[in-house]
Amino acid sequence: MTIQFNDETFRDDYSYHNSAEAIRRFPFPFDKDDYMYAVNMEPHAGGREGSPFENRFDVDEHYVAEMRDREITLNEDPLRCQSLPHMELAGWDLLELIMVSKSEDYPELFSLHRDGDRWHWINRPLGIDHKFTFLDPTTLPYGPMEYITRQAQGDFAVLDQREGNLWMEAGMVTSQADWSLDFDIGMNFFEWHAPVPKAHEMGIFQRALKFLLAIQQDSPSRRLNWTMTVNPRLDTSPENYHKWGPEKRTLTPENVGEKQYLRVELQTFFRLPRSNGLAFPIRCYLISLQDLVTVPKWGRRLHRVIRDLPDELADYKGFAVNRQLIIDYLAQFDDGKPTSPGIFPDE
Amino acid sequence: MSAQMLRVTEIEALSPLVKRFRFEHPRGEKLPLFSGGAHVVVEMSDGDALRRNAYSLISDPQDGSGYEIAVRREDGGRGGSRFMHACVRQGDMLRISTPLNLFSLDMRARKHVLIAGGIGITPIIAQMQQLLRMQGRFEIHYAARSRREAAGLRLLPSLPHIHAHISDEGKRMDLGAILDRQPIGTHVYTCGPEGLITAVAQCAERLGWPCGSLHSEVFLAPPPGRAFEVTLAKTGQRVSVSPHQSLLEALEEAQVDMDWSCRGGACGRCETEVVSCHGRIEHNDHWLSEDERSSQTKIMPCVSRFRGKELILNR
Ligand code: FES
Repeated sequence: MTIQFNDETFRDDYSYHNSAEAIRRFPFPFDKDDYMYAVNMEPHAGGREGSPFENRFDVDEHYVAEMRDREITLNEDPLRCQSLPHMELAGWDLLELIMVSKSEDYPELFSLHRDGDRWHWINRPLGIDHKFTFLDPTTLPYGPMEYITRQAQGDFAVLDQREGNLWMEAGMVTSQADWSLDFDIGMNFFEWHAPVPKAHEMGIFQRALKFLLAIQQDSPSRRLNWTMTVNPRLDTSPENYHKWGPEKRTLTPENVGEKQYLRVELQTFFRLPRSNGLAFPIRCYLISLQDLVTVPKWGRRLHRVIRDLPDELADYKGFAVNRQLIIDYLAQFDDGKPTSPGIFPDE
Repeated sequence: MSAQMLRVTEIEALSPLVKRFRFEHPRGEKLPLFSGGAHVVVEMSDGDALRRNAYSLISDPQDGSGYEIAVRREDGGRGGSRFMHACVRQGDMLRISTPLNLFSLDMRARKHVLIAGGIGITPIIAQMQQLLRMQGRFEIHYAARSRREAAGLRLLPSLPHIHAHISDEGKRMDLGAILDRQPIGTHVYTCGPEGLITAVAQCAERLGWPCGSLHSEVFLAPPPGRAFEVTLAKTGQRVSVSPHQSLLEALEEAQVDMDWSCRGGACGRCETEVVSCHGRIEHNDHWLSEDERSSQTKIMPCVSRFRGKELILNR
């Protein structure tokens, strides 16, 4: 498999785009015509060929551009990457997990040669060829977590497990849906989920936490989450709200199809062997409504989901102001026909 | 629960009651690494019975060439350890689960004090390996009745920060003295009989330790008890549990699909809803909250038992 990497931006002129193939493989998050919070975890043990679920870490046409965007964000705000001192070992765990997975899953793009603690890593798309000593941070230009997550799409929260809880104590977060590592670092699972409406009453977090605590080394899990973003911007952080918040007001009936994006997070969970920490990679996928409706099933279904969503959820996900506009746009693509179960396009 | 078949490559008697077993991949493949304090579940087919016991790993967590455990023969137990001692031979293949850690080191600690009683030394050995590798500050206190019984001594290097407290030699462990002189930021880990864990907790409380600095693990062994019966709501099936069997084992034998991972009342995987209960659930787990226990609406089948007229489970 060869991937053509897009030359594109996630800010300013927003030249981000999905190829026809990227549209077909988009991780559409709704398996039925309505949506409510659920723990909805499944084993992250492969998936349909060519889909983002196939490999442990999906690499797609946006890889190189996303890494460039991460670098810009980090230059502006180095606090997007932080690791408390006791998380160093977990950082090495994560580095190993990503290097091993990528070199096995994409041998033409990445290679890893290990001779005891002497490692040699080659990342062809980013032009990196580096020899270093495993567990010796002086042989890397950054800490282990930062080093590897500058080369991996998506955000990464690295969680410590203790006292029957999970603590967010390291992370690389530059493509988040309105939350901040700098704000959440050091918090436990309940603390960083405190703003989510309804889910507490439903006991969802208790159940989700119990599930996550029990995740085992060779059985990673995954789930999808979603929200809406105006313009294909990766960095929708609270710190930069002044940049992207006002863009919500630029939607019109004429441009909604082109400017309104469905933002999907593929969240995965891996137990880390040496540190017993939990890695929580959150990969963000963006698709414009006009691209999305080229798959008829998705156009119909997204219309129904957005139309019937409880108000608090539209509020929480930050698109209440544009909801009617979105519904009106999508309504054109909903002929009322039934949709097939599952998330994949028909045929 | 994922597991693989591994070969027994070494068996060594560490004391009259304790044997060390080493497992390796039959084709020499590397095994998944783990963190200090992790355990594996060993599957034993003992005649008609399929036993699964959890044992702490005592080998070096960084060494994927093999896993090692130490098993103490419990003559009054349910038979798993007797099977390991009497029937398992070098060259045998056994199904061994992936390591799971419910007793990991708190990496924030400035210093680690590891306290073990008897066979409770096992998780602490791998924790020590991890601390040595990470150059952490630690001390180990190991209490046993006699030197003959202190099987763990053979597995500990001779280092100044390792202290054996042998009561036969008039050197009983003095918890107050151990805990009193520790610097701020020290964490203490206790593994051994319930009595030792309680004693450490009480002593630490008296000395004003924050409870977040205390960690413990009781042996993961389901206690035997009286026979009882349960009814399954979904099928109406009745399952009887014999004195030396756990409810989980009985359900597995009855082909009920059960989720589990620690088999010791600590991980929460086997949690089962109780539809109705006339009698008393003997909650032996470390998972359910006090409220959940007293409401008798949940049971952890891997360790908990029942006494009374009728127990109906949502299975
Ligand atoms: S299997 Fe872990 S609590 Fe029962």
